[in-house]
Amino acid sequence: MAASRPRVFIVDDHGLFRSGVRSELGDHVEVIGEAEDVMPAIEGIARLIPDVVLLDVHLPGGGGQLVVAELAPILPQTRFLALSASDAPQDVIAVIRAGARGYVTKTISGAELVDAITRVAAGDAVFSPRLAGFVLDAFSAQTADPVPAPSFDPELDQLTPREREVLRLIARGYTYKEIARELFISTKTVESHVSSVLRKLQLSTRHQLTRWAAERRLA
Amino acid sequence: MPQPAFRSHDGGVEEQPAPDWPVRISSLRRMDEGRIAGGVAAGIAARTCVNLTLLRVIFCVTGIFTGFGLAVYVIAWLFLPKAGENSTIVSRAIHDLRGVALAAAAASMLIVIFSFISILGITVFSAVSWPNAIGAAGLVLIWRNADEEERASLHAMTSPLLGATSAGKKSWFAARLFLAAGLLIAGLAVLASDRPYLGVLLRPVTGLVVVLAAISVLCGPWWLRVMRDLGVERQARIRAEERADIAARVHDSVLQTLALIQRRADSPQQVVQLARAQERELRSWLFGGRAPGSMDGIAATFAAAVRLIQQDVEAQYGVAIEAVIVGDCELKDDDDLGAMLAAAREATVNAAKWSGASVISLFAEVEREEASVFVRDRGRGFDPEAVPADRKGLAESVRARMERRGGQASIRSVPGEGTEVSLTMPRTAGQREPSQAT
Repeated sequence: MAASRPRVFIVDDHGLFRSGVRSELGDHVEVIGEAEDVMPAIEGIARLIPDVVLLDVHLPGGGGQLVVAELAPILPQTRFLALSASDAPQDVIAVIRAGARGYVTKTISGAELVDAITRVAAGDAVFSPRLAGFVLDAFSAQTADPVPAPSFDPELDQLTPREREVLRLIARGYTYKEIARELFISTKTVESHVSSVLRKLQLSTRHQLTRWAAERRLA
Repeated sequence: MPQPAFRSHDGGVEEQPAPDWPVRISSLRRMDEGRIAGGVAAGIAARTCVNLTLLRVIFCVTGIFTGFGLAVYVIAWLFLPKAGENSTIVSRAIHDLRGVALAAAAASMLIVIFSFISILGITVFSAVSWPNAIGAAGLVLIWRNADEEERASLHAMTSPLLGATSAGKKSWFAARLFLAAGLLIAGLAVLASDRPYLGVLLRPVTGLVVVLAAISVLCGPWWLRVMRDLGVERQARIRAEERADIAARVHDSVLQTLALIQRRADSPQQVVQLARAQERELRSWLFGGRAPGSMDGIAATFAAAVRLIQQDVEAQYGVAIEAVIVGDCELKDDDDLGAMLAAAREATVNAAKWSGASVISLFAEVEREEASVFVRDRGRGFDPEAVPADRKGLAESVRARMERRGGQASIRSVPGEGTEVSLTMPRTAGQREPSQAT
């Protein structure tokens, strides 16, 4: 599989963390560059055009979402996977809405991280249990809102029961494969559900989403 | 009068075998904190709980009008040790022969000046002479014998008065001196004159006002600067105290944990457990306003109760628990939810104890109609057909607990793949309304 190893760029302000991730990823991916701040990251990514950018949500020169917002429109083939230690919902939601393909916590194991990177490289979305919880919370908070805000596309503002089920299983700690088995669907279908949730998360115009995130400072 | 807590840092005091009264007197110290000159007023205020500002006003008023306040203050300054020290200035001053001579000279010179004034007949100042002479002599001794730190602060206070700060200000100082001298002479002249061009009462008042104006012109900028410096110093002290507070908290929590981690470096499990516990504590302090080390133990909401389960089990069993909580509601006296939380805790503890997994997923969701908790591990699992008695007992107790309250519990387990305990509890109508808590 060496030929199809994803080329990864790591953006994190902690050198110790970068080297830790590098050694954990080992030979499974090819780390082609690192940066510790927003501007060097944008410059380096635009030059090297990696397959996957591992992006810390918190950076000294501004949030990780700046990097995504700057590069996602001009580098369609580069995917962004957000990493965070803090899980502040507004940061996570912001980086996802800026265009990141997934979100994992920094406590993730090396094998899971490799898995998440290959999944993101293949164009899928990666949701950690925490992110699945955030999304469920955000969208259920909206349905409880007595006066729904005007929306351009109501379909975007609602999760289907199936998507809800998938998210719930992710939050319960199930892998995609286990979810597929549980719901008697294929892994590909699970992936498409998650991608559809990601799209809704990114495109939903409902202001409650941001309001919800802002109200919950920290999980 | 309440006795303030005995300051133990002035070490030697407790060692002196002394009856009660010397202890009381000797524990009166000049305070470094909040002092303007020698810290006498601050020391008395701290010792007797008399208002500090009131004391200062008394010292100033009696100092200006009779000189008595100044004398008392200077004597106290000489004879009281500074907080944290045992030697007094006077104990050093008696060896300073040149200083004693200078003090005597200053005192006698003042007495001569005052005698001269009283000969002129300005009775307002005549009573002032003796205490002022004592004060002046004492100040000379203090100036020469105070410790480095105090001398530095005295110098900082008086240097602007002497106009020695910079060359550019010298002409300004000379002008001020000139104006003050003029006003002083005019004031004294008014006081000394016998001519009845003003009312009998008005004459001494006018004279005093002019003399005070002279003093203000001379010393006003200095006073302003002293007050400003005091404000700056107070701010610096507040900042230092804040820093010390944070340092103490970080020491109590983070540094202690780091030390423990170094000592247990050979046991990764314990290190991870310590790091996680510390992370949570620090986070709750930084973002939740809860001090590290303080854990309430009682949760007001469902989400808080689940987090408490997470914390407790992680702390006790050294297993990471990934908790995801969706929705929240008040717990109040909701026995149904209380029973479910107890069952959830039991299931989590059980997974931590038996599964062998390093991570346990804990998912809790509060919806309008029901609340649910899922505890999942990827541990060794078990065959439900061939359960050891104790585990069967647990399954039964969890299930019985839930069913008694109208809820449901199910346990799924596959050997080698892990176990999941699912708990659901319907919510009664009365408790549904405040479901969007927090």
